[in-house]
Amino acid sequence: MAHKLDSKAPTGPIESAWEKTKFDYKLVNPANKRKHSVIVVGTGLAGASAAASLGELGYKVKAFCVHESPRRAHSVAAQGGINAAKNYQNDGDSTYRLFYDTVKGGDFRAREANVYRLAEVSANIIDQMVAQGVPFAREYGGTLANRSFGGAQVSRTFYARGQTGQQLLLGAYSEMMRQVDAGTVELRYRREMLDLVIVDGKARGIIVRNLLTGEIESHEADAVVIASGGYSNVFFLSTNAMNCAVTAAWKAHKRGAYFANPCYTQIHPTCIPVHGENQSKLTLMSESLRNDGRVWVPKAVGDKRHPNDIPENERDYYLERVYPSFGNLAPRDVASRQAKYRCDEGRGVNESGKAVYLDFADAIKRLGEDKISERYGNLFEMYDKITGQNPYKQPMMIYPAPHYTMGGLWVDYNLESTIPGLFVAGEANFSDHGANRLGASALMQGLADGYFVLPYTLGNYLGGTKLEKVSTTHDAFKSAEHGVKSEISKLMNIKGSRTVDSFHKELGNIMWEYCGMGRNEAGLKKALQEIPKIKEEFWQNVRIPGDANYLNVELEKAGRVADFLELGELMCRDALERNESCGGHFREEYQVDGEAKRDDANFCHVAAWEYTGDNKPEVRHKEELTFENVHLATRSYK
Amino acid sequence: MSGKHINLTLKVWRQKGPKDDGKLVEYQAKNVSEDASFLEMLDAVNEELVSKGDEPIAFDHDCREGICGACGFVIDGEAHGPMKSTTVCQLHMRNFNDGAVLTIEPFRAQAFPVIKDLMVNRSAFDRIISAGGYISANVGNAVDANANLVPKADADEAMSSATCIGCGACVAACKNASAALFTSAKISHMALLPQGQVERKDRALRMVAQMDAEGFGACTTTGACEAACPKEIQLTNISRMNREFFAASATKRPKHKDGGAG
Repeated sequence: MAHKLDSKAPTGPIESAWEKTKFDYKLVNPANKRKHSVIVVGTGLAGASAAASLGELGYKVKAFCVHESPRRAHSVAAQGGINAAKNYQNDGDSTYRLFYDTVKGGDFRAREANVYRLAEVSANIIDQMVAQGVPFAREYGGTLANRSFGGAQVSRTFYARGQTGQQLLLGAYSEMMRQVDAGTVELRYRREMLDLVIVDGKARGIIVRNLLTGEIESHEADAVVIASGGYSNVFFLSTNAMNCAVTAAWKAHKRGAYFANPCYTQIHPTCIPVHGENQSKLTLMSESLRNDGRVWVPKAVGDKRHPNDIPENERDYYLERVYPSFGNLAPRDVASRQAKYRCDEGRGVNESGKAVYLDFADAIKRLGEDKISERYGNLFEMYDKITGQNPYKQPMMIYPAPHYTMGGLWVDYNLESTIPGLFVAGEANFSDHGANRLGASALMQGLADGYFVLPYTLGNYLGGTKLEKVSTTHDAFKSAEHGVKSEISKLMNIKGSRTVDSFHKELGNIMWEYCGMGRNEAGLKKALQEIPKIKEEFWQNVRIPGDANYLNVELEKAGRVADFLELGELMCRDALERNESCGGHFREEYQVDGEAKRDDANFCHVAAWEYTGDNKPEVRHKEELTFENVHLATRSYK
Repeated sequence: MSGKHINLTLKVWRQKGPKDDGKLVEYQAKNVSEDASFLEMLDAVNEELVSKGDEPIAFDHDCREGICGACGFVIDGEAHGPMKSTTVCQLHMRNFNDGAVLTIEPFRAQAFPVIKDLMVNRSAFDRIISAGGYISANVGNAVDANANLVPKADADEAMSSATCIGCGACVAACKNASAALFTSAKISHMALLPQGQVERKDRALRMVAQMDAEGFGACTTTGACEAACPKEIQLTNISRMNREFFAASATKRPKHKDGGAG
């Protein structure tokens, strides 16, 4: 049963579309709000801000997180900043320009109306966060400071040292804790969502596992919001935190929510390179470093000299050379690919040959070590701790790594999925970034969805939908609980000989090799042969020690890897079907001089995949994209 | 990156659950890359344990970038190990000698009950935050962000306090298991900003009361917390908290949650 993909994007002038839509939304009167309950899964920027705002409006909110505290959500690790069209710098910024940059940066694969709304509310986000006490960087006179970021030629990025994500998350978290204190939000820690419950075609609850006791719990509500983050951990090595998973979104997908553009993954250009076999994750060095750092490799192939011994005229500052107008601030996909090309040419540095230099010598000469330390001190320390090298004395080494995922559950303009009553926010949805997220835009989207979009769209749903009373004794809950329990017992009873991580690494290697920075038809087809084999062996040979009835980390990981195995396959299929290059999706067959070659005639659409049953091929649906305001054009940063 | 490898003997606290007895169990960590982090070293030990069918050592961790605050245990008596201002996830093996014997235990405090092995329950910190660690700013009507100027020095100092990751090392390092550094960092962050003024007194009273109710010990200003803190949160925050608390106690009773007659 195919669901018609109605984006519900408003028509008419884009500048007034959101205002008009808000006016047309149905309202729930204040006395009725407390009769409605909402479940929020995930408490990062999108989830915490959604729970806080909905609680504040008067709804009964139950928020769930896998962590021991919502303050640990991975939004905490974002470093560089958050964009907002405030034009405080008088450099020509505007809502329209932020909208324009974001649509273009997303390589014309985002929905215009969503992006315009994001740009529009961006200024409110800064006001809101400042009012909540987020200590953004300031100028001496007391006004807010800004810096520039990749893909933009204006300074619109607000930041809190190199810990912007941390401060924004703590802001949203503390607002949620205020609602906990007020009794409107009930928090459930260390709970993992393992199924979505649908009654009469509408999302009415979730099944979770209490990670401490192993208990399977049912929770009912009038609507469910999934804000569970991204799926970069499918690559095993990524910048994501260890517990980042696709599980909540994937279970919803298996219940009928379409999964959109899974192949759109972002490869971030400035990560600390891989060092060895036992590495568990990659660490990002903020993109903001590219404001002052210059990227280069030796001109000569195989030049193994210490970087400080390589004279200026024997260095290739390739980003400045190839992209004179954006230079070191070229967007992430472009900068990542250039680093790969240089390493493929044999000019990479580090023992592995898979790294390039990010050099601060000029900036230190120009501004002094104190100024550089004030801007990036914590990042420099982090680099020093991980690598044992001092970036004040010699250039950093960096290499691209999987970071953010632009694909996710398909949502319409109201952030509602193809399942009525299931809303999806932040990185877990696909909506605003197109094929390539620009720097400092993910924090913006998470907070926009939670603070400024969902409070209206959820109200419209609750105000306009007839909802029967449902309890967790309903058959739909019982059967979902049963399904979850039997999957757990199936995993526990395999008692094979291989560890969960060994499967995860094997899958990750294939994903990186064939569905990473560069993809081609032969590689994707090979991956599609390999992944089912790993999946088959996983279900026959994984070893999970211990017991399912109390804390069991291996069991948690096994459930997540099982979902990654299914998602990995879908990512490769999506990448194989999309015969074009756009943003982070780079099909090697479709390029001009190393730059992505988009095919607007055939692929100017969102691909949304429908799950049709275990081991059955998913069905691909299309949402055509129209660009009425920013005209389709080839992206150039030269 | 050195490419060198070392061997270690680990004595690790194993405890099945909150109600079980715990004990130190010895493991060998062989051929550990000096470039690996401490947690990556434990991952390798765990892979071996799982391969043998044994249960892996449970420890909390997530971002592994030193910012989420999930990780942390005691290595040879020191919270987060021997490196100054470093979380265990950012502690690298090049800082240990070949052949070293290391004792690894959970953070110990009455208010942080052990969950399993090296994992402890720190939800008392969340309850301290929900007792006033916020500014009541309803969504949607905030004034322009530049309408209230904040001197750079104040914003910077607020940021330095706000950077606390809530890992609990301060509690583990304190002989009284006091949560004064954590609580005072949040009180300071907000007391330093104009936005935090309205609820300043209530906040100090309620957060301190909650900290006591959770069973944390009293602060005797020995400074062990500051020394163990991976984010270098300063002891001056505690002085500020004390001033805030005494000033508030002199003039204000704790807020009554039920509110007025209206």
